[in-house]
Amino acid sequence: MPRTESDVPGDWRPSARLTAIQARAELYARIRGFFSASGVLEVETPILSRSAVTDPALSSLSTQVAIAGFGSGRPLYLQTSPEFAMKRLLATGTGPIYQICKVFRDEERGRRHHPEFSLLEWYRPGWDYGRLMDDVGALVRLALDRPAMPVERVTYRDLFRDGLGLDPWHAGIAQLREAAGRAGLRGLDGLELDRDGWLDLLLTQCLEPGLGQGRLTFLCDYPPSQAALSRVRTSGEVAVAERFELYIDGVELANGFGELVDVGEQRARFQADLALRRAQGRPEPPIDEFLLDALDHGMPECAGVALGLDRLLMIATGAESIDAVLSFAIERA
Amino acid sequence: MAFYSTNEFKGGLKIMLDGDPYSIVENEFVKPGKGQAFNRVRIRNLKTGRVIEKTFKSGDTVEAADVHDTDMQYLYNDGEEWHFMHQESFEQMTAGEAAVGEAAKWIKENDICKVTLWNGAPLSIEPPNFVVLKIIETDPGVRGDTSGGGGKPATLETGAVVRVPLFVQTDELIKVDTRTGEYASRAKD
Repeated sequence: MPRTESDVPGDWRPSARLTAIQARAELYARIRGFFSASGVLEVETPILSRSAVTDPALSSLSTQVAIAGFGSGRPLYLQTSPEFAMKRLLATGTGPIYQICKVFRDEERGRRHHPEFSLLEWYRPGWDYGRLMDDVGALVRLALDRPAMPVERVTYRDLFRDGLGLDPWHAGIAQLREAAGRAGLRGLDGLELDRDGWLDLLLTQCLEPGLGQGRLTFLCDYPPSQAALSRVRTSGEVAVAERFELYIDGVELANGFGELVDVGEQRARFQADLALRRAQGRPEPPIDEFLLDALDHGMPECAGVALGLDRLLMIATGAESIDAVLSFAIERA
Repeated sequence: MAFYSTNEFKGGLKIMLDGDPYSIVENEFVKPGKGQAFNRVRIRNLKTGRVIEKTFKSGDTVEAADVHDTDMQYLYNDGEEWHFMHQESFEQMTAGEAAVGEAAKWIKENDICKVTLWNGAPLSIEPPNFVVLKIIETDPGVRGDTSGGGGKPATLETGAVVRVPLFVQTDELIKVDTRTGEYASRAKD
């Protein structure tokens, strides 16, 4: 039986070699240099919040504090990303901002997943998501010390059309299931997924591994049902979400948006998320009313992106597992 | 009935699928940037030994298989079934040909075997890693050859046939590695 990471007994020693710990320090210095040179302000926001992300695909951790006004066992949620607090800062007129912080996602553990990880998140007021992709490309090439690394953009629709011969905007569940079987995926009998679930399966299992081979590949313009917190615009005869993800060597590194700033639309998406959670029998955390108030006050049109620093370090150091870049993986925490 | 969430998946976990018990060989957690997470697993059917792939939606639950291993002493074969006894409880159990499988080639009375029980009944039998068995038939070796290069077939008391060095003779005891089916050394009684 091959040993899995969780079988390795806890040890006081680090999971990472000293070289990986040094690589992290060097990476953070480069990132701070990049943003300092382009006039982006470093900020810090709270890890704890009285509200939580509603995204049905994310599970928040929570804790409690024993201070006045937080009684009756009301939880405080650990952030899954600093997005809401940073948007509240943007609404006060900070201009461009970035943050390096720890984020927490329950139920995520694997070769590329760890329940506590480091994000770099930044926002560029007045920019569209296309310009932000160029910014991400420049930062990553600098971070990896590969200034000539080629960059490409592929739309979600073209990726599915070219790779699987189907249109992800119009294909039904039967067609998506059939495509997964044709692509060689086994053991799918009994698997019940909605349309986006099948698209996620095909993307992660069949298409992602080929993305970003020796280059930076930006996958962009997602189906509107996968907009998350991005704006949706009309492109030709379909609606597309102004969302992108960055891939290197088949690994998803960053997720960016042309940010949704419309308060009514934002509230509607929160409520749709909660309705889905209710249908799934999953917890319904309180909506972030502070974010809605900030959007109501007025947030500048902007583009924003979150980049996984542990995965960037995995690529920089050639690590096969996220544990190799963490000082102490959770089994040793 | 016990259930496991996909969050508990790891190598060695025993689960039920389509009425058969399986052991997880490998578990991979896969998740897009935003969206549905999956557990892609390779699992071994404990009845047939066949390894298959299966994809689960993360967060789904799967019935646990009541499978565990216990050491038991092999007592005898009654012509149809193999009889085993637990050395502490003295409880006896019988296992059929499907459960004993390849182990039948290696075990003899009083050997301690690893018995995998499913819902309390033997599912599979694993012989000791090394067994000592008597050679009942082999060609006489060539005098002077002590290296054993090449070797010759030898039939053992259990009926198994293994390749042995030329210098090993009928009626001698030898030690065999049951995992590879290969001769390991001569053995003293």
